[in-house]
Amino acid sequence: MAFDEYQKREFKQVGTRPNRPDGVDKVTGRAMYGADMTLPGMLVGRILRSPHAHAKIKSIDASAALALKGVKAVVTGADFARPEDDFLRDVQENCMARGKALYDGHAVAAVAAIDAATAKAALKLIKVDYEILPHVTDVDAAMKAGAPIVQDGRTLENVPAGMSGNVTSHSEFGHGDPAAGFAKADKVVERSFKTAATHQGYIEPHAAVASVTTDGKGELWCCTQGHFFVRTLCAGMLGMEASQLRVTPSEIGGGFGGKTTVFIEPVALMLSKKAGRPVKVVMTRDEVFRATGPTVSTSIDVKIGMTKDGRITAGEAYLRYSGGAFPCGTIDMGGQAAFAAYDLEHVRTYGWNVLTNRPKEAAYRAPGAPQAIYAVESVVDELCLALKLDPLDVRLKNAAKKGTKSSYGPTFPDIGLVATLEAAHKHPHYTAPLGPNQARGLSCGFWFNFGGNTCVSLNVNTDGTVGITEGNPDIGGSRASVSLMAAEELGIPYEQIRTIVADTNSLGYNDVTDGSRVTFAVGLATIKAARDAVRKMCQRAAKIWDIDEEAVEWKDGAAVPAGPNAGKFPPMTLAEIAADSFATGGPIAGHHEVNVDGAGVSFGVHLVDVEVDKDTGATKVLRYTIFQDAGKAVHPDYVEGQMQGGAVQGIGWALNEEYIYGKDGRLQNAGFLDYRIPVASDLPPIETVILEIPNPGHPYGVRGVGETPIVPPLAAISNAVSRAIGTRMCELPMSPPRILKAIGTTA
Amino acid sequence: MRYLAAQSVAEAAKALAAEAGVTRILSGGTDVLVQLKAGMVEPDLIVDVKKLPGMREIRAEAGGFRVGAAVAGAELGEHKAFCAAWPGVAEGFQLIGSTQVQGRATMAGNLCNASPAADSVPALVAGGVVARIAGPDGERDLAVVDIPAGPGRTNLKKGEFITSFLFPARAKGASDAYLRFIPRTEMDIAVSSAAVNLTIGADGKVSAAEVALGAVAPTVVRVPEAAKAIIGTKLDDAALAAMAKACEAACNPIDDKRGTIAFRTHTAGVLACRAAHIAYERAGGKA
Ligand SMILES: Cc1cc2nc3c(=O)[nH]c(=O)nc-3n(C[C@H](O)[C@H](O)[C@H](O)COP(=O)(O)OP(=O)(O)OC[C@H]3O[C@@H](n4cnc5c(N)ncnc54)[C@H](O)[C@@H]3O)c2cc1C
Repeated sequence: MAFDEYQKREFKQVGTRPNRPDGVDKVTGRAMYGADMTLPGMLVGRILRSPHAHAKIKSIDASAALALKGVKAVVTGADFARPEDDFLRDVQENCMARGKALYDGHAVAAVAAIDAATAKAALKLIKVDYEILPHVTDVDAAMKAGAPIVQDGRTLENVPAGMSGNVTSHSEFGHGDPAAGFAKADKVVERSFKTAATHQGYIEPHAAVASVTTDGKGELWCCTQGHFFVRTLCAGMLGMEASQLRVTPSEIGGGFGGKTTVFIEPVALMLSKKAGRPVKVVMTRDEVFRATGPTVSTSIDVKIGMTKDGRITAGEAYLRYSGGAFPCGTIDMGGQAAFAAYDLEHVRTYGWNVLTNRPKEAAYRAPGAPQAIYAVESVVDELCLALKLDPLDVRLKNAAKKGTKSSYGPTFPDIGLVATLEAAHKHPHYTAPLGPNQARGLSCGFWFNFGGNTCVSLNVNTDGTVGITEGNPDIGGSRASVSLMAAEELGIPYEQIRTIVADTNSLGYNDVTDGSRVTFAVGLATIKAARDAVRKMCQRAAKIWDIDEEAVEWKDGAAVPAGPNAGKFPPMTLAEIAADSFATGGPIAGHHEVNVDGAGVSFGVHLVDVEVDKDTGATKVLRYTIFQDAGKAVHPDYVEGQMQGGAVQGIGWALNEEYIYGKDGRLQNAGFLDYRIPVASDLPPIETVILEIPNPGHPYGVRGVGETPIVPPLAAISNAVSRAIGTRMCELPMSPPRILKAIGTTA
Repeated sequence: MRYLAAQSVAEAAKALAAEAGVTRILSGGTDVLVQLKAGMVEPDLIVDVKKLPGMREIRAEAGGFRVGAAVAGAELGEHKAFCAAWPGVAEGFQLIGSTQVQGRATMAGNLCNASPAADSVPALVAGGVVARIAGPDGERDLAVVDIPAGPGRTNLKKGEFITSFLFPARAKGASDAYLRFIPRTEMDIAVSSAAVNLTIGADGKVSAAEVALGAVAPTVVRVPEAAKAIIGTKLDDAALAAMAKACEAACNPIDDKRGTIAFRTHTAGVLACRAAHIAYERAGGKA
């Protein structure tokens, strides 16, 4: 029997809501975040950043800084060897500029000093001779002929000739013949959209403590979503072997994709290597905004044709994404996701990535999908209005389902879109009355989800409890979910299991905590590690009973004889087997290592009511309901938390959040005062409806849930606002000045 | 950087006047400490004035109130008689920041930080409030409207600081209101704002009014034409339209990350009309 496959079962613990294991530490301030680590003799590292959007670095003179008492090391791009691999080189040059500063905030040098004041003073003593170059921060402007070229020679062969040198890649997805499809439509709508770059807004700034010793060994403590990947990147940049660099992740105060790469970690290591002492680097909020990875900024054209009765005849999208100053593959995911919710005969997307003088994009929940789906769902809504059709009926009529050839290629297995749409239709929210200046919007959302490399150890303690060691930083409750799945499998209470996230030396490679993969993939590996331990415990029982291994099976937390022929023995519990383990062959542990396939895609539908103050352009979100397929909600509190959190971030993105650049190409709002994420009083209660359509690729049917919920809010809110004001909004964020302008109140 | 917790007004004024370098007065510190941390200012001398006698008192004077310059938002908000007489001043002051910030922030700091968007200032201007200023040459009184000189600048002389504010006696049927526009519901900076202070006569008509706008010019602006538009009316549509127009005419804002010129100008008028309604109702009027 293939264990990967879903098997229907009655769950005893999975699906309950036990206390979270990290709760006490977090509310009492005991949790160790990135900045909480300290080592004897530790220095303070600080980074000097470019004040220019685009400039040639003619020279860097650090002699005065090095002469300052208390300064122990200075690092610049010249300290790093130039990696051959394009990807690694880009990450490295984003951490420390080489030759050119490519955006406001780009790191150009770093110091390590005995205290923060000395480090700060030393930064002022570093003389950088810049030759300021023309810059470009807008994606459309960067595509024009004659635009300043951010980096030369980065264009892939698949980019048609004649485009600006800032265009780095092109991709196309889809099938059928859109032109033929449009010809069959009763109505075709074509619209252009823009979305601003947004930041994940995690509360914990990046922090790292590095210690490199003269014998070449390195220790790195940092807040990250993936310490194995941090090791790969840093070892590559510092010329170290993986075995010599141990990376330990801290507790993490939010990541949302933004902590899936490195920014300060290699710099801290290089500073430590040069200074011969441990070095701690902690970003300020200003640095987080200017120099970590926001989303792509986008410009998108969408064309959709529909028949009078609501059948979509064809869809087409042209997507221009900018992932900042470096080539970026997010455009491909946007192109693939754009029409994923629809079962279409004719569909095509064309995508381009464009360089701009902005920080290098990092992942942010479902990277690339919210923007593309916002544009598509806006046009679908406009068609529904124009043809006087119910927007849920139209989605149901065109919904992707089992057997649909998706717009990006694969044919869908069991998916939950229709179920979520039907749940939304039945929900009282959909038909609740609306007041003046109020309107309702909705949107579908989708994310691929991912499995990946995973390695888990499960140790049975002699007192009958269990310790689990996994390698994925817990950003959404995965320790609780992993413990729950092990408890289910082993048949012991959740409280008797403790799951920890271990360093890079304790386990084989684990992919980054991203792609909504952890509850799915680590969960799967945990279930199999538990089965491995169960098999071993059955062997021990067989040994004690002196019967065949095959004659023992596991039931309710104990070994039992498999049938009447196996002999008559009372059940031997996990605790009893563990207590005897030294006498029966030694400690008992289960392991599992796998590159997991079969992550089921996840769909969601969001319904939102808004009220627009037509005199000020302010939008109030009145009611919000989420319907999402979780496959199986292992710990429903956390699943709801993911859904609510995604909606909240999406509300911010839709209404207020944006990277604002001045004419000088510098970021104007590098702080939480003017980068406006929602505050609690901006938000209504967010109701969640979890659907459970089991993922055939997971033993318990689990699907990732972390990313899909940030996809629908952009279009759902834009559709609601557009309906409330009677004008289609085509740009995010829909800040009050933009809304007043759209209404025509202000010029 | 030196820190002085002055024990007397004279000591504070003397130290501030004597310092050749950059000085900052420390009241609640909710602007100063943030600016220090961000590296926006590196003062040579910081003088803490919170502990000076009378700085944290609220007392009756001349039929009105004298409010110490270091009274925090939370303290003023608990003074029932003051809040009943000056609800617009109290709500403007209490909009500042969060619960934590309210425990520290002062009106003097808000005024002398000299942001055009300062939330407590428009209602002080509309209320005709007068600041008492101490300095190396003794005391003087100056109307709040005359204190800001431009963004980040005041008309106070070297060594001078505010010790208290005098709120004049209230006529019967007088009240005030303050509204600001922010894209969120709290923890934000006014994109535009308006305070209206008015008195209603026995006939239910506005008999006196003052209007002040924030965040639409380099300093908070008094708009006498807007006040004139509603005096003698019961805030009928025509009066309000004239008021909004006068407000728009008084605006001289900038385009920036927080809002456009057009947006600020339009919303200043909208807010003034809404604030006028609130003040009118508070004063006992029925529109
Ligand atoms: C989280 C947060 C939110 C905020 N929200 C708002 C808001 O919504 N609206 C708003 O308007 N502001 C806001 N602020 C800014 C600040 O809180 C206010 O301006 C506050 O009123 C400043 O008062 P303070 O006593 O803390 O001033 P301080 O920081 O002590 O001083 C501010 C300035 O005034 C000068 N000064 C202080 N006292 C005197 C005095 N007695 N005489 C002369 N000069 C003096 C100082 O030299 C300094 O230049 C916020 C600040 C924070 C940190």
